[in-house]
Amino acid sequence: MLSIKNLQARIEEKEILKGINLDIKPGEVHAIMGPNGSGKSTLASVLAGRSDYEVTGGEVEFNGKDLLELSPEDRSREGLFLAFQYPIEIPGVSTTNFIKTAVNEVRKYKGQDPMDAVEFLKKMKEKMKLVEIDQSLLTRSLNEGFSGGEKKRNEIFQMAMLEPSLAILDETDSGLDIDALRIVAEGVNKLRDGNRSFLVITHYQRLLDYIVPDYVHVLYKGKIVKSGGKELALELEEKGYDFIKEELGESVEA
Amino acid sequence: MSDVKELIKNKIEATPFSGNGSLQALLKTGLQVLEQEGIPTVKHEEWKYTRIASVLNKNYHYAVEKTGVSKTDVDVVRLPGYESANELVFVNGVYHAELSKILSPKDELDILTLSEAVKTDYKAIVDKHLGHSAQYHKDGINAMNNVLAYEGLFISVKKNKKLSNPVYCYYINDARSAKILSQPRTLIHVGANAEVFFVEEEITLGTDDSFINRIAEIVVEDNAQLHIYKIQNEDSHSNCVKTTHIRQIGVSKVNSVTLTLNGGMIRNNLNFILEAPGCESHMYGLYCVKGETHIDNHTIVDNVQPNSFSNELYKGIIDEKATAVFNGKIFVRQDAQKTNAYQSNKNVLLSNEATVNTKPQLEIFADDVKCSHGCTVGRLDEEALFYLRARGVGEKAAKALLLYAFAGEILDKIELEPIRKYAEEIIAERLDFDL
Repeated sequence: MLSIKNLQARIEEKEILKGINLDIKPGEVHAIMGPNGSGKSTLASVLAGRSDYEVTGGEVEFNGKDLLELSPEDRSREGLFLAFQYPIEIPGVSTTNFIKTAVNEVRKYKGQDPMDAVEFLKKMKEKMKLVEIDQSLLTRSLNEGFSGGEKKRNEIFQMAMLEPSLAILDETDSGLDIDALRIVAEGVNKLRDGNRSFLVITHYQRLLDYIVPDYVHVLYKGKIVKSGGKELALELEEKGYDFIKEELGESVEA
Repeated sequence: MSDVKELIKNKIEATPFSGNGSLQALLKTGLQVLEQEGIPTVKHEEWKYTRIASVLNKNYHYAVEKTGVSKTDVDVVRLPGYESANELVFVNGVYHAELSKILSPKDELDILTLSEAVKTDYKAIVDKHLGHSAQYHKDGINAMNNVLAYEGLFISVKKNKKLSNPVYCYYINDARSAKILSQPRTLIHVGANAEVFFVEEEITLGTDDSFINRIAEIVVEDNAQLHIYKIQNEDSHSNCVKTTHIRQIGVSKVNSVTLTLNGGMIRNNLNFILEAPGCESHMYGLYCVKGETHIDNHTIVDNVQPNSFSNELYKGIIDEKATAVFNGKIFVRQDAQKTNAYQSNKNVLLSNEATVNTKPQLEIFADDVKCSHGCTVGRLDEEALFYLRARGVGEKAAKALLLYAFAGEILDKIELEPIRKYAEEIIAERLDFDL
């Protein structure tokens, strides 16, 4: 599904990703953890095609295609979804209208006819339940004046509408209280169907109590320095990131 | 310039107009100002970015008597919703009753020439309000129109009448066989408790150069509501200076929306004089221009009495080599305590050659007021664009979606449905947005 080989990327003159290797198979949930500044969000941005980052080496194959060659919209149309850490507020565009445009652009790409209004509404109602999002929120301007929890629920709602094969959650837990976190995580869990894969990027283990990963990777200074099962997340929670540094033979004070 | 002055002089000589009334007084002072001030150059602070002299310096004809404009020509320029609208047709600056269509009864809407109006009970209103805009525009452009104001039209919206038929005004310049200069003039009186919608459009027929120098002076009485919409969508050889001078002399509410899409050099002067305590004024503008169109919006809000509220929002999308000017003045006089005045001008530049000059100007002489102003000039928000693209929306469609949303805030302010729909259509088309 997704195969990352020796991926290197920089922003302006700063090297951030220094050779990432990662394989995700259909239906798997991978978590990437790491201290601030380790390159977690950069990885998410590079995979989604944000132009601020320059890929300086490596390859990414996604469902048999060279992902790095695709425009951001084509990556999305091919089934990649990035849930933003900071969803953008767009005044004047309602979520409903926007998601309708997005769904139909994806359908067009796949050679399908636009979804008719009845079908679209039915699908929307169904997916709204998934993340306990209210219709009134969706008729308002996209994310404008939404609370942190509402923004993140809106991201998961959009994910549900677009039905990606791989969803990247970029620090979806940031800024959420425990109730909002639970709702968002439950929404994600309902979208786990054995085929859809997830890449969950997080700083804290907390989210992984709800979205239980198959694999956990620790990203540090632009490289995956340790991989393991879900128990690795608990170990990190208990010992902090310092134990990784110790294992790498770095001075903890540094 | 001398050509234009000459033209007007000849015109006055050909139509002797003597007497001592307010029209004659306006003519005389107009001539004086025209002589003293001349046509403004870029050295004139108010005309710094708009080279009006270069556009006026052409061999225009001032031909009001003979026009070949027919009803079929008018059919082409009609705006949506015209079936239920009063339609006033001006050709080369002068009102043509035979081309116009008045649906509202005379006890709701009364229309007569200014020279007729001064012979009726309307005389007091004309004497008091005609030419008031000259106090705010001491230049040859305003003066030029004053000289010819006797050819203008008086429109009375009767008190206590809420007009179910809007008033559409078409200002047609017939430039099919010559360069045309026209100077339409209107004085509109909106009586107490009345409500009316005005929609104004300038149209040039033919391909020759055209210049419309138009003044509308509007008086709004107690408890009246005025909605005034302008649509500017002309060819590049059509130029205009449009002065809309609104005196709110009673506690009243006015909504103004100005849309600009195409044209040569366009200058809009929009003045709100809030002369009664507790007035409410809304001024919205959207200029969505490309090519070499030059759009200059000069606005004035003069708060004379206390407790008034004004809100101004002008938005611009400027592409190719187009230029935009925004100058928003707010005066708060000493007596105008508790004034709330807000102003905002937001611009998106779509090309490296597009230009915008924006200048807010606040002069506050009262000490207990709330005023704010702000302006932004920028590119399309890259973050928002990426967000939309990351959800599968193509780059072109994403840009169109963002721009249309930016424009939509202004379009939503149009309360006359057929006009709002029409505005949405032409703006969507301009922005390549799929409605």
